[in-house]
Amino acid sequence: MSVPGRTAAGLGRSGFSLGVRFVLLAIVCVALMMLDQRQQHLQRVRQALSVVVYPVRVLVDFPFRAWHSASVNLTERSALIAENEQLKRERLEAEFRLQRLAALETENERLRQLLDSTERVGLRALIAEILSVDMNPYRQRFVLNRGLTDGVFVGQALIDAQGIVGQIVRVDAFTAEAVLITDADTAVPVSVNRDKGLRTIAVGTGDSARLRLPYLTNSADIKIGDPLVSSGLGGVFPAGYPVGRVVEVNLQPEQSFSEVIAEPASALDRDREVLLVWNDEKVPGDSKVKPAAGSAVAPTGVKVAEAR
Amino acid sequence: MARSGGWVVPAISLMLTLVLGVLPLPDAIEAARPDWMAVVLIYWSLMAPRKFSLLTAFWMGLAIDTLSGALLGQNALALLTVVYLADKFHLRFRVFPVSQLAITVFVLLFLYEFILFWIDGIVGRNVPFAERWVPPFTGTLVWVALVYVFNRGQRQAQARL
Repeated sequence: MSVPGRTAAGLGRSGFSLGVRFVLLAIVCVALMMLDQRQQHLQRVRQALSVVVYPVRVLVDFPFRAWHSASVNLTERSALIAENEQLKRERLEAEFRLQRLAALETENERLRQLLDSTERVGLRALIAEILSVDMNPYRQRFVLNRGLTDGVFVGQALIDAQGIVGQIVRVDAFTAEAVLITDADTAVPVSVNRDKGLRTIAVGTGDSARLRLPYLTNSADIKIGDPLVSSGLGGVFPAGYPVGRVVEVNLQPEQSFSEVIAEPASALDRDREVLLVWNDEKVPGDSKVKPAAGSAVAPTGVKVAEAR
Repeated sequence: MARSGGWVVPAISLMLTLVLGVLPLPDAIEAARPDWMAVVLIYWSLMAPRKFSLLTAFWMGLAIDTLSGALLGQNALALLTVVYLADKFHLRFRVFPVSQLAITVFVLLFLYEFILFWIDGIVGRNVPFAERWVPPFTGTLVWVALVYVFNRGQRQAQARL
């Protein structure tokens, strides 16, 4: 142990008394909070601080990453071969389905042209890894290993193999913070993927296995097992991706709205990799299509724009 | 220990504390994660007052805010407040037996959580209060453990003052 009371000098002690220093610093804190509450004011400060704490994030993530790669390296050869075989089979199946989808999508686009309305042009996506870093336990947030240098932007949608995961809320140089769709402060515009396509909003509950649909009347046509897909309204989430499935419908005759609970489609708390999506949506009447650029960017879905 | 190297141990301990604060935990015990930085800074304030200044608490608070995605200044204000109180009354607190001191630490940690909760409420963040008494409790346990592990060394250090 070093001598206490002496080392403090190196950690910044001014001539003011304890109480005065406390009040001054507390005022700085309150000012920072007021500025930060209006998101854009402190973006630079946030980004600088984020670069400073980046080593801590990497340090925390490292053992988990090392364990992951070690477990891959130590897997038995036979197990790897078996896994490879299975993946090949799955890929074949997926490709078969994709071919049919491609035909359907061209047909859909042709029909849309007949109706003189254009909608989805194409999506670009980039794989991002979730850093094993815990944030505030009361909020459903996580950190990704992609940032401004990869072209990530605030409000960008995140999906995984099963469906919509969340969206980006803050971007720094090398990392980005995302919020899950089940966070209590977020909402996703959805439509019920059954004949009529009832539109509503799914709200997070703070529990990563539950979504609430609070704006459905008692007479709404919804039942257990109904699949929910993103409606694309609001422009954040791309349209037509699975969001969840209705698991509970409680009619409340004494109130005008019923209580409907859904279960998210994607593996929200088990994901390690997610896809960042660039939604190159075309505004009707606008003939320009954003160019899909970047070597690391893989096209998902069919680029219908090229067929036109 | 050489005085010139006096900043190495504190710096490393603060870095480790930051890491502990964001280390992934299983979901079952995540809500019980102690507020590591508050525990460590209170420990130092009571055992070796002025080892870390208020400015350290401020910067560490900002680091936690950045790491946890909280409002910038939220943890900083909460840390400042508890470190200030611990520093201000350390002479009075130090005559307490460990059991009474533990209660004081619990109150300080509860105050810390309450300030965080309060600010969340002011800015309209949707955060439950139900589980918030758990971190002060586990934090107090960690503090007691710290005292029992490092107490002997501390007493010797105080004797030298």
